[in-house]
Amino acid sequence: MFKNLTKRMSKGDVIFEIVVCFFLGVIAISILYPLIYVVSASFSDAMSVTSGKMILWPVDLTLENYKEVFKNQNIILGFRNSFIILFAGTAVNMVMTVLAAYPLSRRDLWGKGVILKLITFTMFFGGGLIPTYLLISKYLGLMNNWLALILPGAISVYNMIIMRTYFMNSIPYELQEAAEIDGCTPMGTLLRVMLPLSGPVLAVIALYYGVGHWNSYFNALLYINNEKLAPLQLYLRKVLTLNNAQSLMTMGSDEMARQAMRAETIKYSVIVVSSIPMLIIYPFVQRFFVKGVMIGAVKG
Amino acid sequence: MKQTSAAQAVPEKKSEGNSRMGSVKRFIYSRKINRNWVLYLMLIPVIAYFAVFCYSPMYGIMLAFKDYKVRRGIMGSPWATPLFRYFEQFFGSPYFSRVLTNTVTLSLSSLAFGFPLPILLALAINEVRSVKYKKFVQNVTYAPHFLSVLVLVGMIKSFTNSDYGVVNLVIRHFGGQGANWLQMDSMFRPLYIGSGVWQNMGWDAIIYIAALAGIDPTLHEAAMIDGANRVQRLWHINIPGILPTMVILLILNAGNIMNVGFEKVFLMQNDLNMATSDVISTYAYRIGIESAQYSLSTAISLFNSVVNCVMLLLVNTISRKVSETSLW
Repeated sequence: MFKNLTKRMSKGDVIFEIVVCFFLGVIAISILYPLIYVVSASFSDAMSVTSGKMILWPVDLTLENYKEVFKNQNIILGFRNSFIILFAGTAVNMVMTVLAAYPLSRRDLWGKGVILKLITFTMFFGGGLIPTYLLISKYLGLMNNWLALILPGAISVYNMIIMRTYFMNSIPYELQEAAEIDGCTPMGTLLRVMLPLSGPVLAVIALYYGVGHWNSYFNALLYINNEKLAPLQLYLRKVLTLNNAQSLMTMGSDEMARQAMRAETIKYSVIVVSSIPMLIIYPFVQRFFVKGVMIGAVKG
Repeated sequence: MKQTSAAQAVPEKKSEGNSRMGSVKRFIYSRKINRNWVLYLMLIPVIAYFAVFCYSPMYGIMLAFKDYKVRRGIMGSPWATPLFRYFEQFFGSPYFSRVLTNTVTLSLSSLAFGFPLPILLALAINEVRSVKYKKFVQNVTYAPHFLSVLVLVGMIKSFTNSDYGVVNLVIRHFGGQGANWLQMDSMFRPLYIGSGVWQNMGWDAIIYIAALAGIDPTLHEAAMIDGANRVQRLWHINIPGILPTMVILLILNAGNIMNVGFEKVFLMQNDLNMATSDVISTYAYRIGIESAQYSLSTAISLFNSVVNCVMLLLVNTISRKVSETSLW
């Protein structure tokens, strides 16, 4: 019935569909073009990029830019640091988020209302920059310590609510009751019943946290001033926004203008290199990310 | 359910029988605290986290009312005289009107573009019947969301570079004059808003796409039988269907009216575009971290968060009265 009706479209409906598809095409192209441009520029010769010869696809294909990037020790170090922070940070995030979400998802937990209110309050009000800064740098003494990048954001209230909603709405409560009648402790119920049934939501939330760690720079800017400990993003800041790309160059014999051109093109390679982990996992995890938004939307 | 209530009743009976059992124990049993002690144990690190990293900085807000002396700590520092000295200093400073205007203008204009465009995108995606084309558009529009702020600002900088940026190459190709856009007052807001829309439009549309998928298909069938065309169905079924979602998101956005994306503004800012790019949070950063005037900076941040909370409550109340949709 439904299909038959849609088949018989009026002329107006056909025009409508064409207009919609055209509109979406324009949007898709304008979002895609800058991304393609960056990737193409990173593989092109500096002269062709800066003179405007390169429009869409790479011109005078070369790996010269990437060679320059990987000659730089700081970028390798930044990669290593960022990966360590990413894995350690996400592990802490996941443990803490489960520890918060599971008890608060139980109907029979006395006092969960108060705790939940106190937790959600922090979403809307906080101490602000300076009190937090003083706490971490002075009272906890975490300057130049990766814990300063891991602990302050250990639980994202938003992710905790997503997980809690999933525990409550997607896993029947009777399953937990049955497990406890069979002699499971609450801990056993969590480990043997709840977590094995929550694979998708755990993956989504781990990915949210992981992306957050990979992309964050501001805490590192505040608390890390030892270059050896700096994550990749801090290094990117130097190269991309403080116009220090020349510091990447190892050869000094070229003339100034040519150097500046090369520096511009190398920036594109740095962008690509720093986004590689995201580029690799994006096609695989894209639908999980979307699922996460849907779960969160069930009960905002 | 019956199972649990029976289990609950048993220990209570016992406690009545035993006279030595105090009211505390009865309380613990009736609320199953004894059976669920592991759950409370799990919550200890969680509560510790929120106490240390969320609530103790709130205690530090006291700084805004004190003359902070590094040696004497927050507690030992004397109260400011008058108490609201640092607020007066902020309100009286020549920067006050500039940062306030910039903050409100930037966030309102971001909202004006960033709020309706994802809705438009979701409605359009919902109308496409080719699954492949739909998937393609969705995958492309979500992608920029995962780029870091630094990469985004780096791209803006490179694209608008006055000598080699692609934007200026195009302008010069058509005979115009190249310029470094990030160093112009007038270009800061368009660049900030435009890049924000570019990065987040697709992602923000997901929630509306989900809401549209949840609309009862029988409504569409009925409308079709009554002879409604697609534009009419879009207008009379789809838009009312996602209206509650729109209201909720609008309330949440209103609560953030004074929170412009600090990290992005901070990176895009330079001495030449200060007149439009200086916002409350970057001002608080400069005062606090760069010139170490902790009390003044705390007062500025506190002003910011209080206005945010008031806005959230206000919009939520209005929305509850008008549309019966609210956050709580």
